[in-house]
Amino acid sequence: MSNIPETGRTSRVTIRLVVLQILVFSLLLTLAGRLWYLQIRQGDEFAAEAAGNHVQNVIQPAVRGAILDARGVPLADNETRLVVSADRTDLLRMPDDGEQVLTDLAGLLEMDPEEVRNRVRLCDSETPQPCWNGSPYQPIPITDEATVQQALQIWERPESYPGIVAQPTAVRRYPAPYGAHTAQVLGYLSPVTDEEVAESQQTDSPLQRYDQIGRSGLERTYDEYLRGGAGIDRLEVDKFGRVIGEAEGVEAEAGANLVTSIDSRIQAVVEHELLQAMKQARQAHDDISGRNYEADSGAAIVMESHTGRIVAMASYPDYDPNVWVGGISAKEYQRLTGEEANDPLLNRAIQGQSPAGSTFKVVTSSGAVRAGYDFDGNYECSSSYSIGNTTFKNFESRGYGPISLGKALEVSCNTVFYRLAHAEWQKDGGINPGENPNDWLFDTAHGFGLGSETGIDLPSEAAGRVPDRAWKREYWETNKDAWCELGKEEGDDFAHRYARESCEDGWRLRAGDAVNFSIGQGDLLVTPIQMASVYSAINNGGTLYRPTVGKAIVDVNGNVVEEFEPVENGKLPIEKGTVSDLQGALRDVIEVGTASWRFIGWPQDEIPLSAKTGTATTEGKQSRSWLTTFSEDYTVVMTIDQAGTGSGASGPAVRNIYEAIYGVDEQGAIHPELALLPEPPAELPRTDDNGTMAAEFDKEWEQHFAAYKKEHQENYEGAAIVPAGDGEDGDGAGDFQAGAEAGTGDGTGEVLAGAAFEADRRREGTGGDG
Amino acid sequence: MSVHTFSSGLPPARRSGIRRMMARDSLFRRVDWLLLLAAGGLTVLGCLLVWSATWTRTDINEGDPHFFLIRHALNAAIGIALAVGVMWLGHQRLRSAVPVFYGFSIVLLLLVFTPLGTEINGQRAWLSIAGYTVQPGEFAKVAVILGMATVLAAQVDAGDRDHPAGRPVLQALGLAALPLAIVVVDDMGMAMVIGMIVLGVLLASGATIFWTFGLMAAGAAGAVLVWTLGVLDEYQINRFAAFANPELDPAGAGYNTNQARIAIGSGGLTGTGLFQGSQTTGQFVPEQQTDFIFTVAGEELGFVGGAGIILLIAVLLWRALRIARGATDLYSTIIAAGLVAWLAFQSFENIGMALGIMPVAGIPLPFVSYGGTAMMASWIAIGLLESIRMKRTLSA
Repeated sequence: MSNIPETGRTSRVTIRLVVLQILVFSLLLTLAGRLWYLQIRQGDEFAAEAAGNHVQNVIQPAVRGAILDARGVPLADNETRLVVSADRTDLLRMPDDGEQVLTDLAGLLEMDPEEVRNRVRLCDSETPQPCWNGSPYQPIPITDEATVQQALQIWERPESYPGIVAQPTAVRRYPAPYGAHTAQVLGYLSPVTDEEVAESQQTDSPLQRYDQIGRSGLERTYDEYLRGGAGIDRLEVDKFGRVIGEAEGVEAEAGANLVTSIDSRIQAVVEHELLQAMKQARQAHDDISGRNYEADSGAAIVMESHTGRIVAMASYPDYDPNVWVGGISAKEYQRLTGEEANDPLLNRAIQGQSPAGSTFKVVTSSGAVRAGYDFDGNYECSSSYSIGNTTFKNFESRGYGPISLGKALEVSCNTVFYRLAHAEWQKDGGINPGENPNDWLFDTAHGFGLGSETGIDLPSEAAGRVPDRAWKREYWETNKDAWCELGKEEGDDFAHRYARESCEDGWRLRAGDAVNFSIGQGDLLVTPIQMASVYSAINNGGTLYRPTVGKAIVDVNGNVVEEFEPVENGKLPIEKGTVSDLQGALRDVIEVGTASWRFIGWPQDEIPLSAKTGTATTEGKQSRSWLTTFSEDYTVVMTIDQAGTGSGASGPAVRNIYEAIYGVDEQGAIHPELALLPEPPAELPRTDDNGTMAAEFDKEWEQHFAAYKKEHQENYEGAAIVPAGDGEDGDGAGDFQAGAEAGTGDGTGEVLAGAAFEADRRREGTGGDG
Repeated sequence: MSVHTFSSGLPPARRSGIRRMMARDSLFRRVDWLLLLAAGGLTVLGCLLVWSATWTRTDINEGDPHFFLIRHALNAAIGIALAVGVMWLGHQRLRSAVPVFYGFSIVLLLLVFTPLGTEINGQRAWLSIAGYTVQPGEFAKVAVILGMATVLAAQVDAGDRDHPAGRPVLQALGLAALPLAIVVVDDMGMAMVIGMIVLGVLLASGATIFWTFGLMAAGAAGAVLVWTLGVLDEYQINRFAAFANPELDPAGAGYNTNQARIAIGSGGLTGTGLFQGSQTTGQFVPEQQTDFIFTVAGEELGFVGGAGIILLIAVLLWRALRIARGATDLYSTIIAAGLVAWLAFQSFENIGMALGIMPVAGIPLPFVSYGGTAMMASWIAIGLLESIRMKRTLSA
């Protein structure tokens, strides 16, 4: 400061200048401090924010893996379609926001301009469908059904269609080989929701907003394998969304293929036979209801008895799985879910619950043996059996005298099982049970896997119901208030009487409950897949296998990623000897018993079959047909609701299925060259060097099957109406439900966990007017 | 400039010339070289940053990546030439021309409201003359400083009083109020700068402190009045609202502040390097070659570059304040202090808004931002300061 000479300033000015200096430098210090805070203290945060600022992720969807049958024939794969999509950023840069381009495009694609505009708008809480739910940087698909001519127009005149691209894109497709829909087993896809995207971010396979995921069937169970990993093109963009470069992205990883144990040829046969059997049943007259059978739904399963693998699984009504391709329209969805459609989305083979009828008697027989009864002992098969003032009649009131349990199965004698069940009920203490009742029959039902899910690799399986004491109590706890309420009202009909009685002690297991249960009636509910599992176990010597459809996961290079070995659910709770006894009795059912009239001429010595027929009744409905059968390697189960008796309605269809599997003609001659699958396939389909799975599509058989179907149809249409109940099985629908104790529902409508099933719903709703 | 002829390639024979140059009263010694260095450094940095901010902007640079660089350098050259002219004339000799200069500035300000005026980003503060845009407000700032200094210092420099009386203070305030009234509605930034200049000038003039506090109170009351009367345009209110809470509307009014902070914050210690800033290339920050030029420095040169700019400004203001303290008369002191108040506040506001601690206002960063008028006015300030310094040293 020494070089500053004296000035004329006053000291006041000097002080003021110092004040100014302090002010100025504190301002500058503030700036420096703030700069340090932003760049050094918080620098990383802002760097991350800046990185997200200028990179836009454009999703390259992975090609979804195919679902193949056991011979490599695709049940679900992808086809290349010409997808026309619009780039929103390009459109918005136009003066009219792309209005004109979209209108022109609608003209070209022969679509409604309004709809095209709606597809391009972004979804928000106030926008109704259709709207675009994905990233605004993602090209928005307008149609996936463009023709080559339309695409050419777009390619050749890009100046007329700025922001519009047409490109071949992989779209899910269900080829339905040989006409086999396999609809409910395959399931379907639909776009993910925002919630699902958010939830999946922490998992190994985060979903993208663009993804479609499996909603049902195999598409859902094996979704993570099939989906693959979406690729990401990372585009550096400026604030106007213009691409100014490309950052390192992630390559899309194609989804792996799922090889199933389904044989699409047998699947086609099963679907065809089930439908034909239903059509046939509709031509038959039901003497009880006084009208033709409704035959409104049915299910059929072909399972490998020694592994639990599903060879075919059909459920009617069904649908063409291709309705889902390219997004289902509201109209189509309405048709699938509407009242008239009768739930075609439901896979009745695993979700349909109903009483098992006489097919349950193998369980009762096993329970009786466990309780100490001799399988070959003598049991009175009278024409009826009375408990108190209620009489339980045998089917058509026919008696056989003293017979063995095997014979009782063969002729499906109800009174033998009534007697056993009643005696056991009394032994357990009757209406006032002791501390720990044996409950041999209920215990055996659980031991056979009933009342719990089989664990099949398909979603939403129903568990069924074993109406044991625990269930009765639980049911009473839930309903007693409603019952007591109803009981107080005036009225002397069944519902009121039942309510009054149940209000007090509805938890009690009554004699009628035990007796009905013994023949697979009453409150018992089973699913077809449970019965397939039970009969497979009897066939294979006593092992309950977990049913599986998926056999292996094979990646795009043909490497087996994972092979699903058979899994045991447990062993039947009976001795080997008892299993053999049951096997013998069930074989007699085919040879001399209730199913024999349907298997006349069958080459039983070469290809021995076994079976049990069942006719289950539900209050207010016609009889349900059950036919559970097995050969050396396969278990075939068919059930048709409101169709009559087991052998009557399902017999010919099941026989036709066996004929196709083993190459047997109608006269019973075996043609090995026509046999589709005399033994379960030991190997997975071959893959070639490119990793492509060899699809052994059976062209020759396809023609054969087409000819057969044509002939078959003509035969059926010309065939005489098969008299219902001509078989000897049957549980005497209506006969035993006279007693008060046989009633079930209370009118309040119990809601069961799992899929609703029509039989169950109606059952709970009828109130049983006896 | 003469500086360069002196320092480049000196043969041994010119020794006596060097001695003459280094003599205590020589022109060479009388120039404040640190001040020139700081202003020059800021100008060079400004060239680089303007270049980096615009070389990819094909939308405005007419396809020439050097378009803005060349024009910016040309503006700087004109500014430096004007500074040399001011130094040559001397601020004392300009004293008599102050009324003319002041009047001319006011006329230019008023011309903005004629068809010659141009509106940019909601601010009507530009004149369009023969294809060039001129911002008369920049000259008005200098005119206000010179005008107030002339009026306030007249009696004191004549030795009649030792501090300005009430009458000249009122006159000086009147000189400031006229341009303030013209710009307050359309150019809030300019109005704020004039306000700060007035405070600085009054403070340095030695007028009773009552005037300073009174004026601050009046300013606060005026702000409240302007706000409640709804004179402000919506965009101006939005800028203040966004300053208070940028997350309020990150795509709208808060967008600028947010993006500016992201750009600066992502620079870290050393930045991405010139021409490497992705925020800059991506144009996420608006007006990056002008009002938000500091974000380019922040992103591409990092803390080192940003703090360097602040340091250069600090050096410049330190030298200017030294010149103010060393001035031989009140007229010179007031001019120097007024220039300090102007440049200091304008730098603080400009960098502060980029850093998110000041509301957004259209104010350029002196010597750095692209803009011809602002560049020229800034260099005229340097010329005035050097003139004061040379005069003082001369008279010492």
